[in-house]
Order: sequence, then C-alpha cells, then structure tokens
Amino acid sequence: MQNFLEFERPIAELESKIEELRHLPTAPDINITDEVAILEAKASRLLKQTYAKLTAWQKVQVARHPNRPHFLDYAEALFTEFTPLAGDRSFAEDRAIVGGLARFRGRSVVVMGTEKGSEVESRVRHNFGMARPEGYRKAIRLFEMAERFRLPVITLVDTAGAWPGIDAEARGQAEAIARSIEASLKLTVPLVATIIGEGGSGGAVALATGNSVLMLEHSIYSVISPEGCASILWRSGDQAAVAAEALRLTAQDLLKLGVIDRIVPEPVGGAHRERAAAIAVLGDALQETLKPLLDMTPADLKLQRRQKFLAMGAHGL
Amino acid sequence: MSWLTNVVLPKIRAVVSAKREVPDNLWTKCPACGQMLFHRELEANLNVCHACGHHMRIDAKKRMAVLFDKGEYARIELPKPVVDPLKFRDSKRYVDRLKEAQAQHGPNRDAILVAHGKIGGNDAVVAVFEFGFMAGSMGIAVGEAIVAAARLAVLQSAALVIVPSSGGARMQEGILSLMQMPRTTIAVEEVKEAGLPYFVLLTDPTTGGVTASFAMLGDIQISEPGAVIGFAGARVIEETIREKLPEGFQRAEYLLDHGMVDMVVRRHDLGETIGRLIGLLRKPVLEAPKKRA
Repeated sequence: MQNFLEFERPIAELESKIEELRHLPTAPDINITDEVAILEAKASRLLKQTYAKLTAWQKVQVARHPNRPHFLDYAEALFTEFTPLAGDRSFAEDRAIVGGLARFRGRSVVVMGTEKGSEVESRVRHNFGMARPEGYRKAIRLFEMAERFRLPVITLVDTAGAWPGIDAEARGQAEAIARSIEASLKLTVPLVATIIGEGGSGGAVALATGNSVLMLEHSIYSVISPEGCASILWRSGDQAAVAAEALRLTAQDLLKLGVIDRIVPEPVGGAHRERAAAIAVLGDALQETLKPLLDMTPADLKLQRRQKFLAMGAHGL
Repeated sequence: MSWLTNVVLPKIRAVVSAKREVPDNLWTKCPACGQMLFHRELEANLNVCHACGHHMRIDAKKRMAVLFDKGEYARIELPKPVVDPLKFRDSKRYVDRLKEAQAQHGPNRDAILVAHGKIGGNDAVVAVFEFGFMAGSMGIAVGEAIVAAARLAVLQSAALVIVPSSGGARMQEGILSLMQMPRTTIAVEEVKEAGLPYFVLLTDPTTGGVTASFAMLGDIQISEPGAVIGFAGARVIEETIREKLPEGFQRAEYLLDHGMVDMVVRRHDLGETIGRLIGLLRKPVLEAPKKRA
C-alpha cells in the first residue's frame, strides 16, 4: 500500500482506478488491458510532471516521507560486514545515531548516520532520529577512530534536528554538537556526507562537514524547520509553505549557493517509490565522490575541507 | 465627550508634556528585583543592580570598555560580505530589517564588533556580539568578523576572546547562517593551532547555533552570573516534552553545576580574571623586573 502525500492525490486517484479496472471481470466489449495501459501511461506522465517541478514545501514532505529509505536501509544495502559500535564511553548509547565499521565496495570505512526508525517501536528506539549529546559524542569517538586507522568516513544525515530536551541540555547538547563539528573538521581522512532526507540545523551539521557534501534530489537542508521559521518570522505555523520557499532549503538551491557539491538523482516519484534503485544510485555516487579524495594527502584533505567551508557565503543566489 | 476633550486636550497635553520632558531614563527598574536604580550609579556599577546583583545586558562598546585595560581599545574594520544572499522576505524584506538595525547602530554595522588592546597587560583580540542588532543573530557578516578576529589574533600573537550574546543563527540567511557553525569552528581552531589561548565569555543570552559551535569550544569558558545559555530555546523544549522547566534551567550557574563552564564571574572581575588567566597560560615563567638602562 503506497503512502500518498497530499499533492500526489491526482496520481493516487489514477492508480486506484487502474487497480479497480484490473479487478473487473473480463467483458468482451471493452479491452481492459488497453484501457489499463493508457491509464498507466497517464499516471506515470503525471508522476514525472509532478516530481519535475516540486515546490520547496512539497520537497519537505517527500524528504520526510515515512517510506523513504533511512540510514539502516542504506547501511544494509551498500555496505558489507557492517558492524555497529555503541556508546559514548561516558553516559549512554544513543540510538538516534548509528555508526560503526563496514566495508564499502571492499574498502574499510567508518559509516554513521542519523536513523529515524520505520515503525512505532523502532522510531521510539531511535528517538525519531533526534540525537542527544551521547549520540554526538559517539560520533566524535568514531571520527577519532577513523583518523587513527586512516579510514574514510561516510555519513548519511536524516534528522529533524538534535533532541530539544531537558536531559540533552543538562548534558551539554551544544558542546557535544560543537565538538563533533570540530572533530570532523580536523580529520585528515576523507569525509563524505550525504543528506538523504532531512538535514535539520545544528544536529545535521554535526555530521555533515564533508570534503564533499551530497544531497539526494528531493532532500532538504535548513537552518530551521519551515514550521519553526514560520512561527517565529510570520508568527503563524500556517505559513510553513511560504517559509520553506524563502529558506532555500532544496538541493537545487543549495548547489547554486555552493553549500553542497553534488545532487544525487532519485527515481521518478521519489526515493520512497523505488527504494532499491534510489539506494543503488547513492552507492555509485559515493564511490565516484570518494575516489579522488583517496588520492589526496592527509594535509590536503583537511585543508580542502577548511577552504571549502571558509569560501561559503561569498556569493548569493 | 466633545471635540474639546477628544482632539484639543490631547494636543495641548502633547505640547505641554513635550516641553516639560522629564527624562524617563534617569531611573531604571531592575528586571530581576524591581529596585529603582539611578542611571549614573547603575552605569558606575557596570549595569549591575546594586540591590540584587542582576547583570543587565550591555551593548558591545560598553562591553569592550569593561574588558580592556583602562577601557582602551582599537576597533578594526570588518569585512563587508554579500548582503541578503537569499533575497529573503517574511512580513518585511530582510534588507529593510537590516537597514532599520543599521539606522539604530550605525552604517555597515552588523551584530558584532571586533577590537584589539590589552587585558591585564596581555595582547588580546576581542569580538563582542551586539544583542540589540537583530538579537545578535549570526549570519555571514558575523561569521566573517569571527574569522577576521581569529586571524588578527594569530597575526598579533594575541589571545582571542569572543563574547557571544545571540539568539542563534540568522534565519533570513538560511543555510548560509547555518554554515557559520563550521566556519567559526575553523576560525577558532586556527587560533588554537597557533598555540594561542581562546576564551569564551558567555553573556545573556547565548543560544542555538552560536552555542553549538565556537561558543562551546573555548580553552576556558567563563560566564556572567544569571546568563541564559543553551542549545534549544526554553519554549521549544516545553512544547516538545510538554513539561515545565526546572528553576534556573539553562542559567550560568546551572551550566557550572553541569560541568559546561569553568567559572561564573561578576562583571567587575572579568578583566582581571581573563587577564590573569592569559598571563598564566602565556607567561609560564615570570621574568624578574628588569632595570632600565
């Protein structure tokens, strides 16, 4: 059962009509197969048209789609010997950030990312992808391990943001994020970051200061959620769609602004419609991105990352 | 009610009261304890309430005067980065909001000032946030200023002191404001790599993306009493967890108790404390006083 978004209603209606026709008893006077084929062509045309010109707000909804592949889906499909490592060695294991050692196309890497979970139980276990300080401190530990054993780091980001809770504040949420940014910027091994769904504010940046930053075609990356921005600047949550537009949070805008380096195309109709295909495309993009970085010297890797971020903001849209 | 009372009287009153003009800024009511404080005494006490010790917010210039020896410092000109990169508009255009803030604070200004001088006799570069300028929010201009301050500190072989007072990232610059988190982190890293001390003086309030980057990375973290310091805003936390926040939550003393700052220091003692610490870090062996030839 496909989970349709509001703006996909016309497509949903067509597809349910097709389903109905298929289950109709065969009648000699109408050719159902032809009719179905016509409708299917129409539906696929409509899907293509819709997804070719998604608004920023529509992309927000696609990026948050419950059927969209999450970190663990990519980790399982793209890596072998994936061995998650747990704990910050100080307070707790935060399952909002999952990470560990794995092989990517034969090469040992550190892979980590924010995991939102896929049904009630796993969503709760992963705290909906919103990490506490322990999650970021585990990330720091993994960055340092990567540095020590000279392993490239691959991060996949999908989070609404860091967890805003009393416990998180008490244990230094801000400090943990700051240290994670610091640790990642110090790396002398390649770091490739990909925004696979939502890149929510500081909680996302903590894992996203890559030598190369990729974004899936319909993912978003923003300083604040459109809802939060609307409630502060427009004083109304209803203006979220307007805020989404104003914030320039789409992959296409961020590429123009020089904040990301590459857009990874999604299958027509979004990654949630053809999950395996979407995951495979990212795998190839990661390999291509990683290749030149592997030839760089440790000093150059750090320098290139720094210079890239320092150069940001030199021009607007 | 007549034309007389409705129109004429208010007009007369307006004229009369304008002429009398009792300055309403002679007295300030302490927002913490309600005590009425005479402006000259309040200023002489560095805008700290005599009665309860509440530290009121002060602007960047006053802050500079408090920190530098004898209040002497030299401001540096800051880079002028691209303005309104996203062509952002909410109920107002961002460029208009900027113009309004600049009309109040001065042309080409943004939410930060950078100066150099001496603290406790040691060379120091100080970057101070201006909370009155769009809530001290950090956009490209602020990020650039921090990069400039860090590079000046390296150039002068001076300590770097950053004094945040900020609501967080400047939303109107979207992702580019978020990117100031890594950018400012790189800036302070350059200072550390040069073997120079980096101090953060957290003042009321410091929240959001500012806290979660350079502001938590000081070699030494100092806070003023009572300052609100946190990542997520209190309202956001309350809405998320539907719980009332504990007394004193996210205050400087709370952070001290939770191991997030080294010390909470009264405004009057800041210059002396920072000066002493820079000295301890940078002059490990005291030279015997030399006689002049």
